[in-house]
Amino acid sequence: MQNLLIIENLEVHYYTRAGTIKAVDRVSLSIKKGETLGLIGESGSGKSTLGLSILKLVPLPGRIVGGKLLFNGKDLVKLDNKHMRKFRGRRISMVFQDPMTSLNPLMRIGEHLIETIKTHKKVTQKEAEERMALLLNEVGIPFERSKDYPHQFSGGMRQRVGIALAIALNPDLLIADEFTSSLDVIVQFQILNLMKKLKTSYQMGMILISHDISLVAEIADKIALMYAGQIVEFAQAKVFFEKHLHPYSEGLLNSVPNIQLSDQKLSYIPGMPPDLTHPPRGCRFHPRCPYATDICREKEPPLIEVETEHMVKCFRYELRK
Amino acid sequence: MIELEVVNLKKYFPVQKSFLERIFSRRIEYVQAVNNISFKVNKGEVFGLVGESGCGKTTTGRLITRLIEPTEGKIFFKEKEVTFLQGEELRKFRKAVQIIFQNPYASLNPRMKIGYSVGHPLEIHRIATGERKKKIVLEMLEKVGLEPADNFYNAYPYELSGGQRQRAAIARAMILNPELVVADEPISMIDVSLRAKILELMLKLKDEKNLTYVFITHDLAVAKYISNWIGIMYLGEIVEVGRKEEIFSNPQHPYTKALLSAIPVPDPARRRKDLTLKGEVSSSINPPSGCRFHPRCSFATDKCQISKPPLRLVGKDHKAACHLC
Repeated sequence: MQNLLIIENLEVHYYTRAGTIKAVDRVSLSIKKGETLGLIGESGSGKSTLGLSILKLVPLPGRIVGGKLLFNGKDLVKLDNKHMRKFRGRRISMVFQDPMTSLNPLMRIGEHLIETIKTHKKVTQKEAEERMALLLNEVGIPFERSKDYPHQFSGGMRQRVGIALAIALNPDLLIADEFTSSLDVIVQFQILNLMKKLKTSYQMGMILISHDISLVAEIADKIALMYAGQIVEFAQAKVFFEKHLHPYSEGLLNSVPNIQLSDQKLSYIPGMPPDLTHPPRGCRFHPRCPYATDICREKEPPLIEVETEHMVKCFRYELRK
Repeated sequence: MIELEVVNLKKYFPVQKSFLERIFSRRIEYVQAVNNISFKVNKGEVFGLVGESGCGKTTTGRLITRLIEPTEGKIFFKEKEVTFLQGEELRKFRKAVQIIFQNPYASLNPRMKIGYSVGHPLEIHRIATGERKKKIVLEMLEKVGLEPADNFYNAYPYELSGGQRQRAAIARAMILNPELVVADEPISMIDVSLRAKILELMLKLKDEKNLTYVFITHDLAVAKYISNWIGIMYLGEIVEVGRKEEIFSNPQHPYTKALLSAIPVPDPARRRKDLTLKGEVSSSINPPSGCRFHPRCSFATDKCQISKPPLRLVGKDHKAACHLC
């Protein structure tokens, strides 16, 4: 399959008074057409910044300072705002965490969709309305509710509107940042099923950004785990959960309670994530790593491809290769 | 031995109305946050109170700790009624019953040093002051893993991470040697890799001091990990309660079953099929008649719309409120 998006050595820095925060530090990733990538990491790992930077929406004082974003072969980093606008929504779209803040409280739900469609496509009002009805049906909102305002919707229904807006223009790539984090489990599951359905019917590439490993396990084809601004492990979902190699992956998976297991022994990762203005020397995970050796404290490990499509940023696997 | 017993507890909050609505309508509406719940908590055990947002679990926690007054019902602590305690008696009760809040960014005063916040209960309850107080606080900080304790004693909350703040909040709750601790979503604001550490700390303190916990959470997987008993709440009511093993191996209420099947599992090999449960939680201002769960229940019959099912025994140490169980 063809690569839809290739991220090469992307660097995003925030220039704050306290210093430069390297939120995304030389990240490389690729997504194929129709593929779902789960981007996981703890808060502050840079996963949201990475998601925003694909749309070049990183808020100031953040800036993309290096690397490439090759979308269907075209480098988005080089595009100015005017040209970028042709990609936003139409080719790449986004579902945000809290749909309440991304919807206009003074606009009816239907109007949101019609406006989006009419802004980007040359269609008549009637055609836009038809498309709107189709989209509402697709995400499971009864058509009668298109005349309602956002405040009349529950959290789950609002997220459905957010998803309808994101797929309104048939994008090739959908980025969803913590799209179920503000929802309760049952509603979360409904939305997740909706995403699964859309994934197959629209053949979109998807990047699901989440801190919830269990949730991502439900839907992702591939998993990328971020730590302190860097990808530490990248693999097929099945491989990641069964044969993960990075000590951070191991620690994280062992700290998540699993409802299927009885008498589970949880462990935790000592210490805490580093301050990104002064990240540790060498491997960024070494202060918390049980296997750290002298070389980890000195040199930064490369991202090693241990098998096809299984990369890990750790010295322990260099020899195996 | 029963440490805490709640009998037919109710809490209704009046709905705020605008000026005009108040003039033209006499009817006062209520949010039925907690509606007639009863449960018991054994000494030295963890009772996990689980439910979705808005189900009344936090209100229940605040009622138990007497932070708010119940509309109806009774609360017993050590077989003594505490529902209407006042003055000196209430103060004694509060010494024995402490609470840990969800948000450690809001529960610590940003202008007080950690040492002061943690030691303040000792002054309020006239247990220790000055050097003696400091000694107790330092010991407590060490116990919750805030080491070196001297540094943390003089730190302000902004200097601490979320996990460290929650440890400080736990230290403050534990400093009076309470017997019952209500923990309201204590790990939901904490980074994933540090959550297990807080849970471990809470279990360690419990074993050391033979504490009893009411652990409020929306996360069944966490409840399964930490609790001995589980109570499942839906729209202000307890729909199922029982020993953890019973609830997980033999769930009876359709809501519990739906909840269990909706929990994501960190294993792509176990992806689940579609779920039977449709729709969203009904309003607690005008809750559905009969069984409050009936509009979403795929097994609902006519009876469920009319009469409310009582919470009754369905197995050993296991109760459920459903006509069909």
